[in-house]
Amino acid sequence: MSDFEPKVVAFVCNWCTYAGADLTGTSRIKYASNVKIIRFPCTGRIDFMLLLKAFANGADGIIVSGCHPNDCHYTSGNFHAKRRWIMFKELMDFMGIDMNRITFSWVSAAEGARWADVVNSTVTRIRELGPYVSYKELVNKSVEEEVKND
Amino acid sequence: MTNLINRAKELLENGTVKVVIGYEAGPTGLARPAFITDPAKAGKLIYDDRCVQNLAVYLTKAEVKNLGKMAIVSTLPVMRSIMMLISEHQVMGDNIVVLGISTEKELLDIADIGVMKGYIEKCDLRNPEKDRETLAMLNALTPAERFAWWQKEMEKCIKCYACRQACPMCYCIRCTVEVNQPQWIPVQANPHGSTEWHILRAMHLAGRCISCGECGRACPVGIPCHLLTMQLADQVNNYFHVHAGTSDNMTSVLSTYEPNDKESFII
Repeated sequence: MSDFEPKVVAFVCNWCTYAGADLTGTSRIKYASNVKIIRFPCTGRIDFMLLLKAFANGADGIIVSGCHPNDCHYTSGNFHAKRRWIMFKELMDFMGIDMNRITFSWVSAAEGARWADVVNSTVTRIRELGPYVSYKELVNKSVEEEVKND
Repeated sequence: MTNLINRAKELLENGTVKVVIGYEAGPTGLARPAFITDPAKAGKLIYDDRCVQNLAVYLTKAEVKNLGKMAIVSTLPVMRSIMMLISEHQVMGDNIVVLGISTEKELLDIADIGVMKGYIEKCDLRNPEKDRETLAMLNALTPAERFAWWQKEMEKCIKCYACRQACPMCYCIRCTVEVNQPQWIPVQANPHGSTEWHILRAMHLAGRCISCGECGRACPVGIPCHLLTMQLADQVNNYFHVHAGTSDNMTSVLSTYEPNDKESFII
């Protein structure tokens, strides 16, 4: 367990958090290198199925981040996203899927230091939680079944 | 029941409607859907405890729609389905005559959509009582226990998509599960594929589910998948104070927003 390095996927919006992460870099702020950032046009574009895809493909944790409410480049993308994540969270909780592995945050283009905090705190949390065994098992069991049936 | 038959006969005879969608007794004694186009056959219509299917699912089917103006035997869930279908522009209110059935199995006099709206507003819109109990039981478990409980159910899934076919709100011509570029969900009925299918189905019905429980009833292996959509229906009401299917002019919960929507998990 001690050499476990969490894989964290970050789904971020182009206009705020991606630019914010850029600022983290240009400000030479160091943060955990476990995160793989995927750029989206808007948080409103981030489909919940993409999060499940990330888990299915081996992510231990996920960050979803975009512009603060009222700051959306497209006016209302993040408001729509907010409603979607409320429903998604409730459904995941109800199915017993661990929502502690997903961080939802608003990080603006000026919040380079905050982005480093969000990533670091998420990585620390995932490190404590360990690898996402239960979802990986779900996928592995499915692959095993398929092999058996062939 | 005689009221229902007489009304159906009258509607067909005077040409108000071309087809009456209702229930008839099947050869084994079970109730099955009936599509009556001939007034002389209106006598076949029944309404009793056996009639549980949500008939609104047929309103969007081309082979039924093409018959012309429809009358439909409607209990509360069917009425709410009709409201949602009108709101989502899948059927036209003018094209439907509602043969409302009250909880006491009496024929209601529902002249138009406005009257139906008034009737729905007076009804208990919560989930059915026995589902409320199961939901409360599940919500009291720990997340790990709930995960185990659902995985045990998901194991049974054979991916027949009966839950989708039975649902009046699942009318998409091409469902996401049939899309293979990209392949969103594994096609096999395995733990991974089944779990993600049920997540997807519930999410696509968030704010649209009218709590009829038809998906769970249609499931040939007895997965209570209606609990997923009912839980979300509860949560939609909890967060956004909306009950699906209460008006013919509903806005979709997930494609609208209020700037002050409350949540506590976004940092």
